[in-house]
Amino acid sequence: MSGREVVLGRIRRALRDVPRSEAPDDVPVPREYARAHSSSGTGAAGTSEALTGLLAENLADYRAVVHRTGTDGLSPLLCRLLAARGSATVLVPPGLPPHWLKATDPVRIHDRAATTARELDSVDSVVTGCAVAIADTGTIVLDGGPGQGRRRITLIPDHHICVVRAPEQVVASVPEALERLDPARPLTWISGPSATSDIELDRVEGVHGPRTLEVVLVEEPAPGG
Amino acid sequence: MSGGTFLGMPAFPEAAAAAVRDTRLRGNLRHATGTIRAKRAQAVAELPDWAGLRAAGAAIKDRTLRHLDHYLERLEEAVTASGGTVHWAADAAEANRIVTQLVRATGESEVVKVKSMATQEIGLNAALEAAGIRAYETDLAELIVQLGDDLPSHILVPAIHRNRGEIRDVFRSEMGRWGRPAPEDLSEEPAELAEAARLHLREKFLRAKVGISGANFMVAETGTLVVVESEGNGRMCLTLPETLISVVGIEKVVPTWRDLEVFLQLLPRSSTAERMNPYTSMWTGAADAEGADGPRDFHLVLLDNGRTDALADTVGRQALRCIRCSACLNVCPVYERAGGHAYGSAYPGPIGAILTPQLRGTVTELDASLPYASSLCGACYEVCPVAIDIPQVLVHLRERVVEGGEATVRGRRTTVRPARGHAAERAAMRAARWVFEHPAALRAGQRLASRTRRLHPRRLPGPGRAWTASRELPEVPAESFRDWWLRERGDDGGGRKGRGERGERRDRGGDR
Ligand code: SF4
Repeated sequence: MSGREVVLGRIRRALRDVPRSEAPDDVPVPREYARAHSSSGTGAAGTSEALTGLLAENLADYRAVVHRTGTDGLSPLLCRLLAARGSATVLVPPGLPPHWLKATDPVRIHDRAATTARELDSVDSVVTGCAVAIADTGTIVLDGGPGQGRRRITLIPDHHICVVRAPEQVVASVPEALERLDPARPLTWISGPSATSDIELDRVEGVHGPRTLEVVLVEEPAPGG
Repeated sequence: MSGGTFLGMPAFPEAAAAAVRDTRLRGNLRHATGTIRAKRAQAVAELPDWAGLRAAGAAIKDRTLRHLDHYLERLEEAVTASGGTVHWAADAAEANRIVTQLVRATGESEVVKVKSMATQEIGLNAALEAAGIRAYETDLAELIVQLGDDLPSHILVPAIHRNRGEIRDVFRSEMGRWGRPAPEDLSEEPAELAEAARLHLREKFLRAKVGISGANFMVAETGTLVVVESEGNGRMCLTLPETLISVVGIEKVVPTWRDLEVFLQLLPRSSTAERMNPYTSMWTGAADAEGADGPRDFHLVLLDNGRTDALADTVGRQALRCIRCSACLNVCPVYERAGGHAYGSAYPGPIGAILTPQLRGTVTELDASLPYASSLCGACYEVCPVAIDIPQVLVHLRERVVEGGEATVRGRRTTVRPARGHAAERAAMRAARWVFEHPAALRAGQRLASRTRRLHPRRLPGPGRAWTASRELPEVPAESFRDWWLRERGDDGGGRKGRGERGERRDRGGDR
C-alpha cells in the first residue's frame, strides 16, 4: 500500500465518530471578529488620511523609516534617499514607473532572468512598489506584479525602498488585505526590517533580509497640501 | 554535529531535576518567559475581538480535523495542479526516506533548512547525514543549537538556554568547521553575533540548490503554503534554491484562503507578541519557467507520524489544533523551572506534554511521565489562541497511563495495558512528585491562571473535576491536585466514570 492510502485510511478510521452525513461546511465556524478594527476601520477614524497615518505609525513602530510625499515629490525624494545611503547601484524591477528614478544618480541594475543571486548580492539598494499595505499591522505585501519583481530582489540587497500609493493601496486590516490578494502569485508580507530575538531575547534588526527598510507613502493630494 | 537526538532521554523528573540545579538555565528561562509573557498580553489586548478570533481559530481547526481526508485530498489536487508534487509519509522513517531520495535525485550533497519542528520531530538531519547529505540550519537559534551539538529547548527561541557568552564561544570554535569562520575578535554583542551569522550563512544561501522547510499553514482550497518568520532565512531557503522540499504535518491544512485572516492575526500576536512578524512567505506550487520567481521543483511531504493516532482520540484530537505559537510554554510554571529538554521531544512545555504521548504512545518511561509534568493550573488553556484544553487532555492521558484502555497506536486500535506496577508508572509517580515538591511552581501557576481566567472559566464533571476545582480555589491548588492524585492512586477497584461520558464531555468543541 502506498503511503497515501495508509494515511488516508488511518484518517478515515480515526474519524469514525464523525457522522457520515456530516459535510465539512456543517461544522460551524463563528466569525464574530472584526473585518477591521475600530482604530482603523469605520467611522470618523476610518478616513483615508487616518488610515495612512496609522500605517505610517505602525511601520515606524517596527523600525521601518517612513517618508511621506506627493506625486511630484517622489522622484527627488528617492534621489535624496539613495544619495544619503551612498548607494552606487540600485536594482530596478521590471515595470517600475521610469519617472520614479529619473532624477537618481546610482547605476540602475535590471533583474534579468539569468541574473544570479550572487550578482544581486553586490547591489546596494532596491526600489519597488507594492501590492497592498495594511494599516493595522504596519505591513507591506509584495506580489511580484509590475514594479515589484521577483522575491529575491527585495531580499538580497541590504537596503529596500518600497513605495506605497495612498490611499488606494492602503487597507485597514489583515482580512481586507487577503481579499485583495491573489493566492496564485508568490507573496511576501513585510513588517519592518528582518529581526531576531534569539540571543537573550535582545532584538537585533536585520539578520538576512535588508537591514534598512524605507517606506515612501505617496499621497495625492500631497500631505499637508 | 547534526545536533543531538531526543532518543534515550531520561524521564521527565530526572531531566527536570537536572535543569533545576542549573541556575543559569533557570535564570535565562525566567527572564525569557517573563519578557514574552508581558509583551504578549499587550499585543493581544490591542485586539478587542481576540475572543472572537480565538473561537473562530478553534472552530476552523475542528472543521478541518473532522474532515481531514477531504481537505488533504483537495490540497493535493491544488498543489499538483500548480506544478508541485505531493508525497505521503506514514511515519518518520518514510518521510526521511522520501526526502533523502529527493535530495539525491538533485545530485546535491548539501541543503539549507529553515526551522521546522516537523523535521526536528522525525530526526531528518541525522537521516540526511547518514546518507552523506549535510543539512545546514539557518535560523539563528537553530544554528546556535546545531553548532553547539545541542538540542532545542523552546519552540520559538530554541536556544533560550544559551547566553551570549556561550553563543560567542560556540561561534568562534565551531563556525569554521561548517563554513565561513567567525571573526577572531567576535564580541558577545548580540548585533555582532547576528552579523557573524549573516556572513556565515549568506555564503550558503547563495550557492544552495536545495531548500527544506516546514510550513505554518497549507490552504486546501488554493494549494498555498505559508511560512511565518522573522529573520529572512526562511525567504532565502524558500526562494533561492532550485528545489524546495516542504515537510508538513497533516494537521497544518486549513480549508480556505479566507481562513488565513484568522490565523495571521492569532499567530504573530500570540507567538512573538508582534502585530505582525517581519516576514511571511506564501507560495503555490512550483515556479513555471526559467528565470521565474522561486524554485522550479516543489515537493510537499505530508507527514502522519502518529498524528492520526491523536486524531482517533476524541479527547486528545484537539491537540492537533496547535499552531505552535509557544504561548503555553511561556506561562507554564513547570516549564519555567524544568526547561525544555526535560520534555524529551521536539515539543516542549504543555503542548509537548499532551502531544508527544499521543504521537509516540505512552510506552516509554519518558512518554508516560509527560502527562504528569503539569500542576494542571490551566494557564496554558487560557492563553492558547486555538483554545486547546490542555489540562483536560492531560487528565485524560493520565488515566490512560494509570488505567490503560483503548488507544490507536500507529493506526491500529490497541488496548494499552495499565502502567500499574511498571517502570512507566514509577516514572509517572516521580513526575507528579516532582511537581508537588516545587510548590513555587504550583503557586506561580495559580497566579497566572487567575490573572487570565476571566477569558473562559468552566467546570468539568467527573475525573476532570479536581483540576477545575483547583482553578476555582486558588489558595489551595496543591491540595486539590494532591487529593486528585491520592484518589487516582487509592482507587484500585474502579468505580470511575466510564469512557463514554468522557467522549460526550469533549463534544462541547472549543470554547464556543
Ligand atoms: S498549544 Fe496553544 S498555546 Fe501551546 S503552542 Fe499550541 S497553539 Fe500555542
